[in-house]
Amino acid sequence: MSGWVAVLAACAACFGIKLLGFLARPHWLEGERVRRVSGLVTIALLSALLAVQAVADGKQLTLDARAPAVAVAGVLLWRRAPFVVVIVAASAVAAGLRLAAA
Amino acid sequence: MWRQALSIGVATGTYGVSFGALSVAAGLTLAQTCVLSLLMFSGGSQFAFAGVVGAGGGGAAATATAALLGVRNGFYGLQMSPHLGRQGWRRPVAAHLTIDESTAVGTVQLAQHPGRDDLVRLGFWATGGAVFAFWNLATLGGGMLGNALGDPRRFGLDAAAAAAYLALLWPRLRAARPMTVAAAAALVALGVTPVVPAGVPVLAAAVTAVVLGWRDDAPATAEPVGTD
Repeated sequence: MSGWVAVLAACAACFGIKLLGFLARPHWLEGERVRRVSGLVTIALLSALLAVQAVADGKQLTLDARAPAVAVAGVLLWRRAPFVVVIVAASAVAAGLRLAAA
Repeated sequence: MWRQALSIGVATGTYGVSFGALSVAAGLTLAQTCVLSLLMFSGGSQFAFAGVVGAGGGGAAATATAALLGVRNGFYGLQMSPHLGRQGWRRPVAAHLTIDESTAVGTVQLAQHPGRDDLVRLGFWATGGAVFAFWNLATLGGGMLGNALGDPRRFGLDAAAAAAYLALLWPRLRAARPMTVAAAAALVALGVTPVVPAGVPVLAAAVTAVVLGWRDDAPATAEPVGTD
């Protein structure tokens, strides 16, 4: 899939899912299990994206400047810092560590 | 309500700047980045799409991940549509604006003023509209900023992407079950990373959640949709 095809296909898929919620009312979608599994899939995807983004480098796992940056982000989230502060702090930690190592 | 909508819009704008910068850092063009915000309009799915592309994953894996993360919006639609009324052409627009924030404000109105669907509608449309405006403007600004910065690693943008996922995940980890699933998903994703193509580890983690969630006999503790 080329870049634009993937972008447009993904947009269409996401909009189609939203529209389905407004148009369809299949009873199997209202089951407790479907709703629970859907919530857990969201959590699993975000957690996996986080893990891969934090320590994967291609097909290798590596601990570099990203891991401490994510740890700092975690502390800031725990302290209820705003999103933008968390993001800027994580970038600054990683950039600073790389600068120091260079 | 308008003030609340505006402040939520401004707050999500900061996510939008991050998304714009991270998306161009992941290798998408500025135009593709803006189209994602205009047409996909769902932060989690957009971050995921850019993340899978940035990790070297194919378009199919990126699309599948974005769509799976968008499934919750379908459930929001199920929940909101009876209260938004029959609106003809407005219905696809309402569907497009169905995201975490608009659903959250709508359901709060629903809980506080049962039967006042007019307030639900106002909260939903005001919040959805404000977030849409700020999200897209912020994406454009963030994308231009990202292009100006150049090498994403030098400025720690790869770490910022990981922090963004953590920030999106954080409010959903309020119970033991989600934490277990999150830990299992991360372990599975990292475990298969050396042996499968990029993008697949994240999808493998989704399968893990289905397996764990399917056989969950715990009492129904499903949190109300949209409180995060």
